[in-house]
Amino acid sequence: MGFLEIKNATKSYGPVKVLHETDISIEEGEFLVLVGPSGCGKSTLLNMIAGLEEITSGDISIKGRSMAGVRPAERNIAMVFQSYALYPNMNVGQNIVFGLEMHGVPKPEREKAMNEVADLLQIQPLLKRKPGQLSGGQRQRVAMGRALVRNPDVFLFDEPLSNLDAKLRVDMRTEIKKLHQKLKTTIVYVTHDQIEALTLSTRIAVMFGGHVQQLGTPKEVYDNPANMFVAGFMGSPSMNLFAARVALENGKAVAMAVLADGSEAALPFAQGSSFEKHDGREIILGLRPEAITDRDGADRNSQSVHFIDAHVEITEPAGSDTFVVTQMGGKEVTGRFRADVDVHAGRKFPFAINMEKAVAFDPKTEARIS
Amino acid sequence: MSSNATATVVRTGASARFVIYTLLALFSLFYLLPLYVMVVNSLKPLSEIQSGGMMSLPEVWTLAPWKSAWSTAQIGVEATGLQPFFWNSIVMVVPAVAISTVLGALNGYVLTKWRFRGDTIIFGLLLFGCFIPFQMVLIPMARMLGLVGLAGTVPGLVFVHLVYGIGFSTLYFRNYYQQFPTELVRAAMIDGAGFFTIFRRIMLPSSGPIAVVCIIWQFTNIWNDFLFGASFSDFDSQPMTVALNNLVQSSTGVKEYNVHFAGAIMAALPTLFVYIVAGRYFVRGLMAGSVKG
Repeated sequence: MGFLEIKNATKSYGPVKVLHETDISIEEGEFLVLVGPSGCGKSTLLNMIAGLEEITSGDISIKGRSMAGVRPAERNIAMVFQSYALYPNMNVGQNIVFGLEMHGVPKPEREKAMNEVADLLQIQPLLKRKPGQLSGGQRQRVAMGRALVRNPDVFLFDEPLSNLDAKLRVDMRTEIKKLHQKLKTTIVYVTHDQIEALTLSTRIAVMFGGHVQQLGTPKEVYDNPANMFVAGFMGSPSMNLFAARVALENGKAVAMAVLADGSEAALPFAQGSSFEKHDGREIILGLRPEAITDRDGADRNSQSVHFIDAHVEITEPAGSDTFVVTQMGGKEVTGRFRADVDVHAGRKFPFAINMEKAVAFDPKTEARIS
Repeated sequence: MSSNATATVVRTGASARFVIYTLLALFSLFYLLPLYVMVVNSLKPLSEIQSGGMMSLPEVWTLAPWKSAWSTAQIGVEATGLQPFFWNSIVMVVPAVAISTVLGALNGYVLTKWRFRGDTIIFGLLLFGCFIPFQMVLIPMARMLGLVGLAGTVPGLVFVHLVYGIGFSTLYFRNYYQQFPTELVRAAMIDGAGFFTIFRRIMLPSSGPIAVVCIIWQFTNIWNDFLFGASFSDFDSQPMTVALNNLVQSSTGVKEYNVHFAGAIMAALPTLFVYIVAGRYFVRGLMAGSVKG
């Protein structure tokens, strides 16, 4: 029995099912990120945990207590909203303690809790100001302070960083992570930003079309995506997905991919992968940019690096790396090369491909094969 | 070249503006003319009006017509002046405006933040109520008031204006609250605030501009109403408008035009006062939500 347990929960608006049967269970102190493109049902699921949206069927329980029919105020949760939702007519201090006041906490205790939180978030000088007089980052802190002061069982974050500019977003991301490591509270965090998901979480639920596509640790989701959607959504630049044909040579599986000049490159799969059933069939091969690199940049620990000569279409120097684009299986494929490799567009160049990291998908069902 | 061109633009702009402002000044003078006539004639003895000096300033300034209109003029059968009827109007307007504004705010809050099945229909019906002609409801309303025992009383008039006012006040507050971020209500729900606490602590403190619009609108309408006042009041519950009519229409004796003018200004003063006190919020409130920030 998990600390936060979502069992078979669904949500429908009339005939439209926006969230299909969902099962998620996390332990106390975990940082669960719900990630997916807009309209995937992640915010709906968060609102269901908060009690702001009713559950159509199934159940959600926190600390073993079913939340069916329990009002948001009685779930011992706190939420940080995308727009921060600070009460405009109250000053920062009043905003922070409003929840305590509503729960009948006496004034001296409220003041004490407020000061603790203000110290923790370094917003002590702002306590007397109105939300309208604060910058975006300060509002963000106050919104977190309002959640923290309640000392809830579960924190809910609804895209809290999406209104901040790029630099501040990275800073606040680090700060949220620090806060989580310090306080060890359970967090459910919604975002559409896969980098936020990977950096913050201990567990990721990738959602699309009202379904949880995959639930796992950041590493599981990144290295072993369950299907093509997860593979394409997580990681930046995203995973290269291109068509290849499976051939069995002496019992060893090889992926045959057509290059730009029409020749076929043979990419033997790593040991331990089984493709007996797929001999001669089309598959979609998935390779992350960092698994396609130059000779010296290749992972030395990998047992399965293969070299092919491929035509370089474009190079995109990005400072720390150079992204090199070539053609495989009729698709553009991006490789991540070291920045100072002497590679030029329009020529052939040896590519090192780390097949230990390769994943394969069924072209029809888009599900993972191996 | 270019500086010449700008200079021309500025000059034509200035002359165009001169024409516009002159015209506007003339229009406002014309519009203010009746007020001028009322004020000067309320401050001169009757003889000056009767000798044909309607437009001229008083030769002898006097406050006697005002005193007469307020406390001694013949209204109906008794010489009470407008004073008791002025208080009738106040006693009618204040609760009617206050209650309809509060109920309108509550309705707007429910219709935007606590949506329920059929809420748009309810809102549509309330809106429809705004546009039913007064004359249509006179007889059914009279019957209703009779049945509940409020016929011919000030509370009866309050009730009638309340029923009519809720439609408008709901419209105002609903449209205003529609712009109000729902996340704030949700945050308050999670913080543990209930239905009325959210209304009182979160919604109302941010409703200043629209409340002013609503109050001005309701106050003006209810104060100026004549039809309901004439239809549903007895002699001792008549509002100011009806009493003014009786003052002017009384057929006995000489027509005291200066007293009539003074009485008419008295009847108009409260609405004028409300506009002057709250008018600058009025425009702001009407614009609220149209521009962000």
